[in-house]
Amino acid sequence: MAIDILMPALSPTMTEGILSKWLVKQGDEVRSGDVIAEIETDKATMEVEAIEDGVLAKIIVNEGTEGVAVNSVIAVLAEDGENISEVSDSPTDSNIKDDVKKDVSMLANDSEKASDKSALNNEIPATNQTPTDASSITQASKNINDTPPQKDRVFATPLARRLAAQEGIDLAQVNGTGPHGRIIERDILAFFKSEENVKSADRALSPDTQKVPQQIGSSSEGRFVPHTAMRRTIASRLQFSKQTAPHFYLTVECSIDRLLENRAQLNEMAPEGVKISVNDMIIRASAMALQKRPDVNGWFEEDGCRYFDTADICMAVSIKGGLITPVIRSVEKLGLAELSQITKDLASRAREGKLKPEEYTGGGFTISNLGMFGIKEFAAVINPPQSAILAVGAGEQRAIVKDGEIAVSTMMNVTLSADHRIVDGALGAEWLQLFKGFVENPVTMLI
Amino acid sequence: MTDSQKFDLIVIGGGPGGYVGAIRASQLGQKVAVIEKENLGGVCLNWGCIPTKALLRAAELKNNISHLSEFGIEIEGSVNINLEKVVARSRQVAERLSGGVSHLMKKHKVTVIKGVAKINKKISGGWQIAVEGEKKSTVEATNIMLATGARARQIPSMEADGDKIVTYRDAMVPKTMPKSLMVVGSGAIGIEFASFYNDMGVDVTIVEAMDRILNVEDREISDLAHKSFKKRGIKIHTSAKLEAITKSKNDVTATITIAGKQQKITSDRVIMAVGIIGNTENIGLEKIGVKTEKGHIVTNGFGATNVAGIFAIGDVTGPPWLAHKASHEAIICVEAMTNQSDVHPISENSVPGCTYCRPQIASIGLTEDNAKAEGYEIKVGRFPLLANGKAIAMGEDEGLVKTIFCSKTGALLGAHLIGAEVTEMIQGYAIARTLETTEAELMHTIFPHPTISEAMHESVLDAFDRAIHF
Repeated sequence: MAIDILMPALSPTMTEGILSKWLVKQGDEVRSGDVIAEIETDKATMEVEAIEDGVLAKIIVNEGTEGVAVNSVIAVLAEDGENISEVSDSPTDSNIKDDVKKDVSMLANDSEKASDKSALNNEIPATNQTPTDASSITQASKNINDTPPQKDRVFATPLARRLAAQEGIDLAQVNGTGPHGRIIERDILAFFKSEENVKSADRALSPDTQKVPQQIGSSSEGRFVPHTAMRRTIASRLQFSKQTAPHFYLTVECSIDRLLENRAQLNEMAPEGVKISVNDMIIRASAMALQKRPDVNGWFEEDGCRYFDTADICMAVSIKGGLITPVIRSVEKLGLAELSQITKDLASRAREGKLKPEEYTGGGFTISNLGMFGIKEFAAVINPPQSAILAVGAGEQRAIVKDGEIAVSTMMNVTLSADHRIVDGALGAEWLQLFKGFVENPVTMLI
Repeated sequence: MTDSQKFDLIVIGGGPGGYVGAIRASQLGQKVAVIEKENLGGVCLNWGCIPTKALLRAAELKNNISHLSEFGIEIEGSVNINLEKVVARSRQVAERLSGGVSHLMKKHKVTVIKGVAKINKKISGGWQIAVEGEKKSTVEATNIMLATGARARQIPSMEADGDKIVTYRDAMVPKTMPKSLMVVGSGAIGIEFASFYNDMGVDVTIVEAMDRILNVEDREISDLAHKSFKKRGIKIHTSAKLEAITKSKNDVTATITIAGKQQKITSDRVIMAVGIIGNTENIGLEKIGVKTEKGHIVTNGFGATNVAGIFAIGDVTGPPWLAHKASHEAIICVEAMTNQSDVHPISENSVPGCTYCRPQIASIGLTEDNAKAEGYEIKVGRFPLLANGKAIAMGEDEGLVKTIFCSKTGALLGAHLIGAEVTEMIQGYAIARTLETTEAELMHTIFPHPTISEAMHESVLDAFDRAIHF
């Protein structure tokens, strides 16, 4: 029986990809494990391996095709001894199709295979035609997805599936600890427990399976702490960032004598309860620099770059068990007093875990400040899909050379980590220059 | 064998926990020894599960004979019991299986050391154990797994004398049949003996301190068993406090208090079946500081005690005192000890329990009361065997299959069965629980017709108001 070769998923969230290259030709003999094609997304390239022995009877999706849906049929493999022409000559007449469908259903021992096969015969447009139109393929594969369930590579027990469905948990996010890595009730419960906001369904959890397994023997050393949802998010986002965004780093030293002076003056004039911080002024300076160099204020996306008109700046706030980056929208439109109040409010609510999702999603740029810990300078990991992040070090008095003489000045090092896919070196440097200008002459950023 | 032979693992106790763990360890490449003071196979095989099943089979056959005329089979003459032969067959069965375990030990290259073991001291990289057998010797092991089992609990001043007051061990090798028998305690052991002796024609009285017999089972099942036993002529006293037992020349008189009223029951013999206590003494635990609690060794879910390198499994670690639980714990313990992947503790609610009285009782998971107490909203399914074709044809239409599901998730929380062959059927629900099936998969499962197991299907359907045949 012919075997469908399906578009694989590179990641749990991948929905479509590019079939970049066929490494075998129609009629080639392939063995299980042979690499037969390459597929890619914005994130990675992966090899497709044959899972059965046979002859590549038909290539359905030509190389270079974009937007190929995951699980759509990209080729058909004829098993050893099978007549290739029978497989490759897919019938186009609907009557014949129905006959084939019946035959296949009757022949197939495995009913699931049979349904896949019938779906193929029903939905794939005549495979003799060269499918140049990617959208038609996507359409066809969507139809396939609507038909009986495809093997989605997530193994879970019926109870785990039902619990996940009831609680809206994506099974792909859950780590399976059952036999062969199958997701079982206990895994859903552990995942569920880590989702701090959801408490209502605790009753459904059977207490006997809540015990988190621990290894004994040599692997029992140390203290095991199961991941919280936040830890998982931090891990996956930052790993993704470091693995996909080519980071480069630019460091500049800024004198903040004037900034400190101006800040003192501003605070004297400020209304009751408002105390502008150095950080507020850095956020303001960043916003002004982003307005002047909007090509730093963007996201790198699969098919292009997206730029923003407003300076929506995230600030990293350390909270219990991790960190979060609330976003301050349209900083360029905010006066320092207003900005200061907003940052204060966001930071305190972040620590209390009371931010709304829209308050920590989005943003085109992030600032991380470890100056209060006396860190001189550091390089931060970009907050994806943003283009850059600014790491702010401590302000400290240093001996500097000014007009040929040694003088004392309060200096602050900042390091810009930028994604080279969207920001080039010179652009990053220009932006930092602008930033430095605003910080060293704060009056200019008040305009 | 030379002195101070060194092993990777020494298992103390060759019962269903110990010998199974030893085999698994050997499969995993460990050099293993089992130290056994008596017979391989432990209580289960020699003095418990197996020989009692042989006795109960005799009782069942006898009972069947008394029903032959219902099936149109008429026999003439009397039915006599040769007690000596009944007991002898039971012993032969046990011996045959114990011999089988010896063979398994050889096959799996497990060294069997005959003698009484006592942990001596910690040595570099392991432990030294003193063995008192035909001669004294010492052996060494990196790890020790204690599988010393348990014994019948004794009540002070009512200790068994092996004659008029007996425990399970003497109860399964009676030399004479008493005319009357009192069974104190109505757990699985007490109930099985009550059932056996009653079928053998003995006047049996059960005395139970709790408010119902078979107190670990679902209340509904307990009640059905109670009714069935009463019908058979077994007298049952529940909520009965045993105050004293006095022996006279020919009989035993027990004083019991029920609801403040004292009464005396006189019988030829008393079987004490009031629980089990772990064999934690004289194995050196105190010296090396292994923690025990209420007569049992304290372990985590992987059999590890508070002392590194000392593990314990089975009855010595506490209830439920079941051979299959001990075997499974031993495997988990050994796999964890050798750092295998995919090792998880036993889920308490996935340990089935069987009682081989007539009618049989089998259960797994939470009872209705416990499920409610744990806060579940539940759906309960019931299917009586009187609506099951096979059961009726067999003349065994007394019984019930009860299932308990979580209303919210459809998880099978518990199953409680009473009736013919239910001990052979409970594994179906055990598999269902292990695979975490919901009611949907059970409903989609095709149960063969005609079988008593169809009642398992119908019970599930009934929980969701979809029963077809009732």
